[in-house]
Amino acid sequence: MTAPALTGPPSEPEQPERATKSAEFAASADRRTRARRPVPLTGGLLLALLVLVPVAAGLGAYPIPTGDVLSSVLHRVGLGESGLDRVAESVLWNVRFPRIVLALLVGASLGCAGALMQGVFGNPLAEPGVIGVSSGAAVGAVAAIALGIDVLGAWTVPVFAFVTGLGTVLLVYAMARSGGRTEVVTLILTGIAVNAFALALIGLFLFFADTAAVNQITFWQLGSLSQATWPKVLAVLPCAVLGLALAPLYARRLDLLALGERPARHLGVDVERLRITLVLIVALLTAAAVSISGIVSFVGLVVPHLLRMAAGPGHRFLVPGSALLGALVLLAADLTARTVAAPAELPLGVLTALLGSPFFFWLLRRTRRRQGGWA
Amino acid sequence: MSRRRFPYVGALRGRPAPPPPARAGDVLAETESLRVRLGAREVLRGVDLAVRAGEVLALVGPNGAGKSTLLGALAADLPAAGGVVRIHGRPAAEWSAPELALRRAVLPQSAELSFPFPVADVVRMGRAPHAADPAVDDAVVAAAMAATEVGAFAARPFPALSGGERARVALARVLAQQAPLLLLDEPTAALDLRHQELVLRLCRERARAGDAVVVVLHDLGLAAAYAHRVAVLRGGRVAADGPPAEVFSEALLTEVYDQPVEVLPHPRTGTVLVTPKRSL
Repeated sequence: MTAPALTGPPSEPEQPERATKSAEFAASADRRTRARRPVPLTGGLLLALLVLVPVAAGLGAYPIPTGDVLSSVLHRVGLGESGLDRVAESVLWNVRFPRIVLALLVGASLGCAGALMQGVFGNPLAEPGVIGVSSGAAVGAVAAIALGIDVLGAWTVPVFAFVTGLGTVLLVYAMARSGGRTEVVTLILTGIAVNAFALALIGLFLFFADTAAVNQITFWQLGSLSQATWPKVLAVLPCAVLGLALAPLYARRLDLLALGERPARHLGVDVERLRITLVLIVALLTAAAVSISGIVSFVGLVVPHLLRMAAGPGHRFLVPGSALLGALVLLAADLTARTVAAPAELPLGVLTALLGSPFFFWLLRRTRRRQGGWA
Repeated sequence: MSRRRFPYVGALRGRPAPPPPARAGDVLAETESLRVRLGAREVLRGVDLAVRAGEVLALVGPNGAGKSTLLGALAADLPAAGGVVRIHGRPAAEWSAPELALRRAVLPQSAELSFPFPVADVVRMGRAPHAADPAVDDAVVAAAMAATEVGAFAARPFPALSGGERARVALARVLAQQAPLLLLDEPTAALDLRHQELVLRLCRERARAGDAVVVVLHDLGLAAAYAHRVAVLRGGRVAADGPPAEVFSEALLTEVYDQPVEVLPHPRTGTVLVTPKRSL
């Protein structure tokens, strides 16, 4: 499929007409193979979402046929048909749909943040937790619960989680920075130290909390979307939309960053600025998601991996694609969490970790076999 | 298809224009009593050097003499602790990253890649500083791959290549950048005999086309054969600077490398041959 080695005299790069046809063919043929995969993959992901959303809306303790779900949606947007009975309408629009939309937003945020994180760190093992978003958010949430802080009513825990999550990232970044530069290794090591400190704080709060608070804390940390309401959707929405809209703008620069910091700078990327911008976007996406859903692990880690295997490492597809696949995965996971052990509900974070970690292990082994290690 | 399909580097803030073509002899980069510190050590201790368009300048010298550091300073990677580095006539620190990317291209000592991009994509990354124009990009990338003989594995993932193949792909990326100042750090280190010659012939071609080429070399024979000018570094200073035939004297090289060296004319061409004195 590619041209054989070129043995002619070397040609001047600025004189394209002297380039051999075979190399041109190789270059354009390669671009075709690259361009071919993302399109059907995007289509497939969108199609899967279109199928899964009405199915998920129908399944549960109060089953609603998929056809009824669709006619209720059509009714609401004003396209004829009568609505369902009062109970079904209420279940659908006050319980199922907010939960589904929240799952999509949280999944898209986590998947996209994972792809950005791995790109920023040039490391396929990075995930948003590395820079302290999740543990920082957990400190805020746990503190609010354990100390019985109630200043913002039902919003206390999410707001505390969001603020401390974002604050922790800024702290990690500021501490890792010296002389106007941040080295990736320093950033990761600082993240480890801050994560450990956050865990200690959480332990301390747990130690002093009463039994009811301990239960609530444990439940929060396991991750769940069971408290989904439209106001919570609206709380996540601006952060998620902003982050998801900005992220693809940096795809090309993330590609260049794969060459390393200096080569990326040689190609015109302001690396330091790119990194702080992306860290902030990751923090925004993750803090918003985690503050509502609790800790949901492995989505940000595994989703970009899967897509990289399927469509290559180019971030132009990887970043938006990870948002789509993340939404799909989290919707499926949440559907499983609330139906597999009905009427009980599995904690979402437990489910994603339970399925995600062996799957990640399999990915590791497979990639290792194919590449002979991590390059 | 629109010409700007993707938000390329700088596209949001307006892309800087490429510099006008240089005339032979124009100084594209220069240092004046440049001092550079790495950690506590002063690696460069007062270097004066000019890099001119149309010229291949080889930096040679023993390990730790400051060759790569000097190259890094010329690339605007390392700040000056004293003195000044000027690139295209302006202090290095005053250029923005996108402006510099149109003026100098840098080949690092070792080529890394954190994700398995295919070779053609890696070479195409060299086009990032320029306004996206698929037709021009395709042609330039194809030409750069042909020149470095990497077309045969254009679709292979970069991490699957051998060291020498990676080095050539990295060089192809640097050529695709089409910057008038080329800074190459040991481009021949991982290459076989044929490709060492190929790379230095490419350097000469670029110089003939009007570019300035700075190349760090360990092989003094290659430097003597291909460089217009050689700067010998020793202990962070330029010990000698001039055409290889003048600079490469037995006395100087023996002293600089702390190793007895013989310099003799090639029996057929008369160019300088450098070989260590061996007593076997």
